[in-house]
Amino acid sequence: MSFPVAKAHPLEVRVVSKRFDIPDANTLPVYLAHDGFKALEKAFRLAPEAIIEEVKVSSLRGRGGAGFPTGMKWSFVPKQSAKPKYVLCNADESEPGTCKDRLIMQYDPFAMIEGMLIAGRAIDAHQGYIFIRGEYRYLVDVVERAIAEAYAAGYLGKNIRGSGFDFELSAHTGAGAYECGEESALMESLEGKRGIPRLKPPFPATSGLYGGPTVINNVETLATIPHIILGGGAWFLGLGLPKNGGTKLTCLSGHVNNPGVYELPLGFPLKRLIEEIGGGILGGKKLKAVVPGGSSTPIFNAAEAETLTLDFDAVAKAGSFLGSGGVVVLHEETCMVKFATRIMQFYKHESCGWCVPCREGTNWLLLTLGRVHRGGGRAKDIDLIREVSENILGRTFCALGDAAAMPTLSIIKKFREEFEAHLDGRPCPYAPTLVPRAPAAGPFVTV
Amino acid sequence: MSIFSPQLNTRFDELLKRYPVPRSAMVPMLLYAQDELGYLTPEAIREIAARLDESELAVHEVIGYYSMLRTKPAGRFHVQVCTNISCLLRGGEEIFEHCKQRLGVNNHGVTPDGLFSLEEVECIGACSWAPAVQVNYDFHENLTVAKLDQVLDKYRTGGVQ
Repeated sequence: MSFPVAKAHPLEVRVVSKRFDIPDANTLPVYLAHDGFKALEKAFRLAPEAIIEEVKVSSLRGRGGAGFPTGMKWSFVPKQSAKPKYVLCNADESEPGTCKDRLIMQYDPFAMIEGMLIAGRAIDAHQGYIFIRGEYRYLVDVVERAIAEAYAAGYLGKNIRGSGFDFELSAHTGAGAYECGEESALMESLEGKRGIPRLKPPFPATSGLYGGPTVINNVETLATIPHIILGGGAWFLGLGLPKNGGTKLTCLSGHVNNPGVYELPLGFPLKRLIEEIGGGILGGKKLKAVVPGGSSTPIFNAAEAETLTLDFDAVAKAGSFLGSGGVVVLHEETCMVKFATRIMQFYKHESCGWCVPCREGTNWLLLTLGRVHRGGGRAKDIDLIREVSENILGRTFCALGDAAAMPTLSIIKKFREEFEAHLDGRPCPYAPTLVPRAPAAGPFVTV
Repeated sequence: MSIFSPQLNTRFDELLKRYPVPRSAMVPMLLYAQDELGYLTPEAIREIAARLDESELAVHEVIGYYSMLRTKPAGRFHVQVCTNISCLLRGGEEIFEHCKQRLGVNNHGVTPDGLFSLEEVECIGACSWAPAVQVNYDFHENLTVAKLDQVLDKYRTGGVQ
């Protein structure tokens, strides 16, 4: 399948996206002509421990959102196991503001496949699955075609390229559920069940898919692996900052002139991303807020955004998360109450219902936020929203509850005056740009 | 006698070989069955349950969880409008309102001729190209109301099969 090439911005440092502007790099001959499967050949000459060590040296951290060191994750898998081990690729990209894994699968699916093979070799696993969200059907087709090409050329299957290493790989479609991006829920779904999270421990490294030791990584993480093995961990580390090695795909969206997916070295200043790459704020308006890493990450106001640099530790130090790399920019005419309400509408919809604080909390928060936005709020509702959010935090099976509570708390804290401006039946000050939605059906019960 | 086409049955055979546990094929089988039939009919559910040696209840339990699976017909062209944050900031709600007016249906409605159905959906991963709409599996991005009208017209007049 052919796609128009994605040209680089001059400030980009392209590693994982280096083949995005090579026509038809998603076909095996073109992939092979551009360093394809060279890292795998190198990995076959390395001991499994040496592969893991190289990944550790690179300081590669999970690109799906949690930022956990990949090499360490791999090292948790026991060497001996009675049950088969698995390598899973999490291609359930669903965090609002995130649209990067889609491009890797579209332009460079073999890099992801090669990364999975190297992971399999490192932990001695011989079966992999790529879990792709159901909405990305065209990518299931692209990936299945790539897998078939790899099998035909002996890069998958038995005794790969004479190495004695076997690896079977399949793509697997989801059918619509944000929660399946949570690693244990993804495994439940892959086992043909409702995608609800598992109690941890045990962690996937010891008991994952079908109870076997499992490594699960994001698409971008896995697609980065071949570059690290080929170029060396130290080289990759040097592209970024200590403990924040390398580059990261950043999805710029919202009120900027040039939204897009850009690969930037970790530690890149947010201000330069918005101004120089993003071409500034839409309509020459003023910046109001920035979501740094997908809708679940606490928001920054304009003053905080001024000095922020985009790496895991700097964003964490400033009180949020680099997350999945979904940078959403909001200008001065955005209603923050409306924005918080829309975020909660998402988490309420996606809560799997397994545990009470998330299932009930997100519902009550949506009702209360919606009430404030429609002008029916009472002064005490603002603190009620804060309290309910605080009571979700840390009290759920998986991170979805936190994902709903964290942005809400940050918006209440940093934009409280906007909530106050909606009280006492006053209309939304921003109504012309963001039309309030009709009230939810049914009688409203007062908390 | 299977209610599915020979091609789909071949695909099911192939799917079932991929996993150590047959049940793992359930979600893909349901989605592919829905693609062929338009929705998951009682007959389809019965046949998939039998094929996997699971109860129909177990299949229903799974269907109820996944937002893309449906047990009622949708339109031939299922218009899914994203209004999540990145689309919201670029006019996703205006696009959704326009779809309602243009198609004359509400959220989850189907036009009387069965050609279109409408659904407000969560993030479809088109954030940097917002606002975006998915019609069946096709993405339409960087939309304006005028561009959306062109897209809908193309489906209506048979420009897209």
